[in-house]
Amino acid sequence: MNKRSRRKVLIFAIVFGVAIATVLGLTAFEENLLYFYSPTQVKAGDAPTTHSFRVGGLVVNGSVKRAPDSLKIEFDVTDNTESMTIEYTGILPDLFREGQGIVAMGSMQAGGKFVAQEVLAKHDENYMPPEVAAALEASGKSAKEAAEYTHQSTAK
Amino acid sequence: MIPELGHFALIIAFAVAIVQSIVPLIGAARNQPALIAMARPAAMTQFLFVGLAYAALTHAFIVHDFSVLYVSNHSNLVQPLLYRISGVWGSHEGSLLLWALMLALWTIAVAVYSKNLPEILMARVLAVMGMVSTGFLAFMLFTSNPFERIFPVPLDGSELNPLLQDPGLAIHPPMLYMGYVGFSVAFAFAVAALLGGKLDATWARWSRPWTTIAWSFLTFGIALGSWWAYNELGWGGWWFWDPVENASFMPWLVGTALIHSLASTEKRGVFKSWTVLLAILAFSLSLLGTFIVRSGVLVSVHAFATDPERGVFILGFLIFAVGGSLALYAWRSAAVVSFGRFQWFSRETALLLNNIIFLTAATAVLVGTMYPLVVDAFGVGKISVGRPYFDTMFAYIAIPLLLLMGVGPAIRWKGDNWPRIAKTTSIFFVFSLVVGLLIPFIVEDKLNLATGLGLAGALWVALTTLKDLLSRMMRGLKLPLSYIGMIMAHFGVAVFVAGVTVVMTYHSEKDLRMEPGTSYNISGYEFLFQGTRTVQGPNYIAQEGVIEIWSEGEKTGELLPQKRTYTGKSEPMTDASIDITFTRDLYAALGEELENGAWSMRVYYKPLIRWIWLGCILMTIGGVLAVSDRRYRQSVKQTATKKVTATASL
Repeated sequence: MNKRSRRKVLIFAIVFGVAIATVLGLTAFEENLLYFYSPTQVKAGDAPTTHSFRVGGLVVNGSVKRAPDSLKIEFDVTDNTESMTIEYTGILPDLFREGQGIVAMGSMQAGGKFVAQEVLAKHDENYMPPEVAAALEASGKSAKEAAEYTHQSTAK
Repeated sequence: MIPELGHFALIIAFAVAIVQSIVPLIGAARNQPALIAMARPAAMTQFLFVGLAYAALTHAFIVHDFSVLYVSNHSNLVQPLLYRISGVWGSHEGSLLLWALMLALWTIAVAVYSKNLPEILMARVLAVMGMVSTGFLAFMLFTSNPFERIFPVPLDGSELNPLLQDPGLAIHPPMLYMGYVGFSVAFAFAVAALLGGKLDATWARWSRPWTTIAWSFLTFGIALGSWWAYNELGWGGWWFWDPVENASFMPWLVGTALIHSLASTEKRGVFKSWTVLLAILAFSLSLLGTFIVRSGVLVSVHAFATDPERGVFILGFLIFAVGGSLALYAWRSAAVVSFGRFQWFSRETALLLNNIIFLTAATAVLVGTMYPLVVDAFGVGKISVGRPYFDTMFAYIAIPLLLLMGVGPAIRWKGDNWPRIAKTTSIFFVFSLVVGLLIPFIVEDKLNLATGLGLAGALWVALTTLKDLLSRMMRGLKLPLSYIGMIMAHFGVAVFVAGVTVVMTYHSEKDLRMEPGTSYNISGYEFLFQGTRTVQGPNYIAQEGVIEIWSEGEKTGELLPQKRTYTGKSEPMTDASIDITFTRDLYAALGEELENGAWSMRVYYKPLIRWIWLGCILMTIGGVLAVSDRRYRQSVKQTATKKVTATASL
């Protein structure tokens, strides 16, 4: 091969490599997009039944039920319009409390129960997850409360 | 009184920064030595006043001056001295002040250590750094004044977020900022070179050590953050692909590309305009990182409070800095011509491939981090990108990267022949592949391709790196520190990859419910729970679990995880306990107290996890060694005249 055609091969190889990377990347990206739904949307049947998604809201007071001999926990979250039950097995984050905002990642199981693989609470006492604030705002009942939460200044 | 002095010092620093960013540039444009000579004293003065402001805020923390809002929000009377000093950068306003201090520090470091720089170039570099500083000081003064007073003065302050009360995290932000802000030097050199229209190999030589040392700080800072998350958050993970983590990882990726590209530009005078672009990108991503972390726009476990005014300011600054420098680049870079010629199979090509791989990685992280923001901004919905996306992308990216690392350093500049490289490396290739694939086969009795390839990659890089070192030693070649640094950093990558591969495949994690006196076996280690006791700390009360570790009938250790309640905070904090050896960590964290003295707890077995941070430390040391190389301290003028391969001037 002469110099010019070698250079062409090199450029072709690079373009080909980047194209493959793009295809693989976009595929992985597509598969791992997690959408957020509020309890109202889930109740309305907007949430996917086969894919994982995220759901969030305030933990309903008095709804946390713990299994006596395992780490299984059930609790309700609400956007102040609708509420739904979340089941989780494991250890909840330190900042998980009744009445406070959480986000759960998981999927719907047969029988309409949401089983979470991961439960995130805020990192800080004054902070409300932004999606939860937005969901509360959308439900309209607690817009002011939600706004107050998000605008309080917090530490990292 | 002292906080007012601090505030005043900040205002003076702001004024000086404006002078520093304008006067030397006018001087450089009109060739007026008196104006050019203003750059250094302006930089010194600015450093002095930013330093004074910083000292004033630290003083307020140390003497518990709760009349300062920031102090009363982030410290209280029982807080230990160390965390009052680190409390300065515990939140938004103070960390900006730290950022400004770091920038002033880098600026005078350039002014002091680059004595051989032509005066005009020096004036331009300091002016560009002055502009960055002006932006940050204005941001602080107009939206986030750390010296704001509060009335009535509270008797005691509130607690610094207990998560931040950890020695690792106390030094994590300064290290990270040293790295972030350090890229401003390479950026300033690049913009100054574009302004002057003179981009030659000496430009690369001047900015190279600065870039490398900034990169070392950033590497160490990111590793510290990862180590802190592992220790403190009680989740046992070392990297979460959290937007805040990604914010520091993107400049690191582009910075790594920049280091390699600078090597080509310095040694061979090639890829000049590309290198300039990378320097601009690396610093732009540092600014973007600040924007992401400080504006609170992201859905993140780290999530910060939102403040639209601040967000708009940072965005404006970002557009000015990034847009301005890119426009300058578009205008001026056409005049930059690279004369160096090289064949397709050469070190230059290898380094170019390195750049492509690192930029692909940075793009992957950028897309995963910013896409949810864009979707949210258009009001289409709330989404987030799952961790598997990033894991998958980096698994793909690691393959060509590790392959390249094995051969790249052995390929000669200008051109080499493939048979020569193949002859010396193919044996290592086969050996690594066989051994790498064999290890999981022996351990778990089945073929595990992903793990096998990861281990093979680590082995391949480690062996070829050592082989390169040995063959140079045997041939009696000189081993300059920059070379030793490169070897050490590459070896660090091998250690890192081995650690990541093993911990991802062979870790065990278990959430348990344990009653006192019961035990649980995890990967051959017996965790025996003996119950809990109450422990009083300096500013917290803790429930401390006592967990004995038994291995092969012998007690080998004890874990004492705590659940702490800090004074002034209602919610408890998890403090994990870790039994560390070189080959594995045993990790326990308390969950919640259940009935009958039983606790929910999390126990982990993490093989080779220490290698992840060991690898990062090796990379950091590698960077520091490379910068210590003598040739960067030689009279630059002397070598410059010899080394100039091409100049392009307007």
